[in-house]
Amino acid sequence: MIAERQESSEGLTIRPDDSGHSNAREKTEGTGSVGTEKLTPELTDFIIRWRDKPGNLIMVLHRIQETYRYIPRAIAFQVADLLRVPLARIYGVITFYHFFRLKRPGRHLISVCMGTACYLRGAEDLIQELETLLGTGLNTVTEDGEFSVEAVRCLGCCGLAPVLTVDGQVYGRMTKEHLADILAKYGGQSLSAK
Amino acid sequence: MAFKKFVLVCGGEGCGSDLGTNLCDAFRREIRDRGADQDTQVVRTGCFGFCRKGPVVKILPDETLYVNVKPDDAAEIVFEHVLRGRPVTRLRYDQEESRRLTRLEGSAFYHKQFRIVLRNCGYIDPESIDDYIARDGYAALEKVLFEMKPQDVIAELRESGLRGRGGAGFPTWRKWVFTKEVPSDEKYIICNADEGDPGAYMDRSTLEGDPHSVLEAMAIAGRTVGARQGYIYIRAEYPLAIKRLEIAITQAREYGLLGRDILGSGFDFDIELRLGAGAFVCGEETALIASIEGKRGMPIPRPPFPAVRGLWGKPTVINNVETLANIPVIMLRGGKWFGSIGTATSKGTKVFALTGKVVNSGLIEVPMGTTLREIIFDIGGGIKGGKKFKAAQTGGPSGGLIPAAYLDTPIDYESLGALGSIMGSGGLIVMDEDDCIVDVNKFYLEFTVDESCGKCAPCRVGGRSMFNLLTKITKGQGTDEDVDQLRIIGHALQKASLCGLGQTAPNPVLSALRHFPEEYIAHIRDKKCPASKCLDLVTYYILPEKCIGCTLCARHCPVNCISGERRKIHVIDAARCIKCGECYRVCKFEAVSRG
Repeated sequence: MIAERQESSEGLTIRPDDSGHSNAREKTEGTGSVGTEKLTPELTDFIIRWRDKPGNLIMVLHRIQETYRYIPRAIAFQVADLLRVPLARIYGVITFYHFFRLKRPGRHLISVCMGTACYLRGAEDLIQELETLLGTGLNTVTEDGEFSVEAVRCLGCCGLAPVLTVDGQVYGRMTKEHLADILAKYGGQSLSAK
Repeated sequence: MAFKKFVLVCGGEGCGSDLGTNLCDAFRREIRDRGADQDTQVVRTGCFGFCRKGPVVKILPDETLYVNVKPDDAAEIVFEHVLRGRPVTRLRYDQEESRRLTRLEGSAFYHKQFRIVLRNCGYIDPESIDDYIARDGYAALEKVLFEMKPQDVIAELRESGLRGRGGAGFPTWRKWVFTKEVPSDEKYIICNADEGDPGAYMDRSTLEGDPHSVLEAMAIAGRTVGARQGYIYIRAEYPLAIKRLEIAITQAREYGLLGRDILGSGFDFDIELRLGAGAFVCGEETALIASIEGKRGMPIPRPPFPAVRGLWGKPTVINNVETLANIPVIMLRGGKWFGSIGTATSKGTKVFALTGKVVNSGLIEVPMGTTLREIIFDIGGGIKGGKKFKAAQTGGPSGGLIPAAYLDTPIDYESLGALGSIMGSGGLIVMDEDDCIVDVNKFYLEFTVDESCGKCAPCRVGGRSMFNLLTKITKGQGTDEDVDQLRIIGHALQKASLCGLGQTAPNPVLSALRHFPEEYIAHIRDKKCPASKCLDLVTYYILPEKCIGCTLCARHCPVNCISGERRKIHVIDAARCIKCGECYRVCKFEAVSRG
């Protein structure tokens, strides 16, 4: 079971005429689908500092995702303007790399490692159990916006397999039985009791 | 202040993320409260390699290893051991075992592990450049800057026989010579730390435990080939390694070991980090370069090789983390010494991430030529739960499966190649009788199909076709022709794919067809999965002669498909069974069977 990338249809959509940069924004503004996020002054500074460095796009996207936990559509437009690159290139880069998200994840992000060691030691069962407990599938967000579950590539903690992380905190040697308790720690009490 | 005793707390990601930080604080607090902080130092080190038993703590000088240590244990260890010299046996790992797993440099016994790359991991504080310098750190750079000419460095590397540890095993000195000899105003050194192979974490541990060794080696490479800028391309999924590298780079700049006019030699060299973003194909040189350039990480045909035309069209040396970590030692101790370790064609040591169904999962470093049996059974302690060894996979999704018959093969680049596998970056995954070879093949192909960049048709189409065939086989719909098809497509991928990802993607399947044909036959002709892993081929049933009617299985069945009254024989309704295996797991009388 590999993480499907489902975001393209609802996230940043590219139209054939979106190849230019600055005018791309005007064309889509007014449709109301762009979102209202504005780059913070720190992010703008960061982008300007990197603007003249070759190969800056991926580093800028990392910084943006660090702030927003995904790449909001409105922000992508502003990055296109600031870096003077076509929006299509930004979209191309975001969708190529697994790390970047086009949709906002739940408040708590559970990443289940699907590296080989974890797979052999039952990571798939963990995902199934989490889906049952949370009532939601992979790469979607629970109704209350609290949790989302994703399957990730090797986290490099193979000695502790199977492993998952919640908001970056590593939990090793997991079994299905541990999961309800872990969710409870993050306020998922009611869900696990269901 | 001279310390007499040291408490080394593992700060690797596995141990550290869970409890390591608290643990370190707990020890510091205890030692301070007991007034022992004058002669005892607490050091948060890199990975000890003994991940299975983490969090791990070692006390020096007597080298006692404590395992599964919790912050609450700190008081007892400090009071009993540090103050009174009485080891806490409750937490102590067996002495014999502990020597084997954490052999100290110079102790003449146990040659099974031999640490060059991991020389400092677990001994120094990776966030302290002074610790690194105290263990000959940056002495090699100094030697290269003031006592050696670039051609001397190349000669030393050539004599050492060092080959790339990232997978393909290309001689390192050759790469350097290519770049050195191209005239260009700009050249670059790239450290490939995009460790994408699932089940491998050697580079992560090296960077987390000893980041300066890589920086030093990159500066040596820069001096030798005439580059002034280096980049470390590292996975964004390794936040701790990134943090420690950032600290290390800042410290090295402060000490004048990076930046302008290093140590007054007139040589300028600086290093920046570039983050990967989760694309396995970026481990391939040209794709990695595209990614550093801020583009989609798609490979381009070679030649020209990056050594001649790489980053921004300039000559570029790309070496893997482990390759680089060897270089300072080679410069200090000489190529001849390094060349004396290993086999005729493969010199030095190899770090493996030993994982899967092995007792002692962890990070190990052994001389080339060590056999798989020594690694899995001596160092690794054998198979978990007394099960039977089935196969070992080296090289991750690009490697192959090695059966029990070849456990005594000395490991080097050539011997693994001859078995249809590759050395790869060092993932070594052990599988037991409960693992299905076809299922594992499918797992790896699913990975490579998902990670294929889609640029060339053989990889894009061929990988998917192979994956579909495997899915068909695991569903019990396979035919003998499907196996022929797998072979034909696999060979086409090997020959026609643009980059290493596609060329090696069929390796797991082709090696399995060679070494484990019986598993494929069982799935295709008998419609059975010997490991009971492929659910479509498994049925659960209750053995009437063993069932005592305890109702345990019926109570655990999530879909209530087991019927039967108390003290009467139970029956599973196969039509409704979801094959979760819960009944099989809970039955105390081995009355539930599957096949």
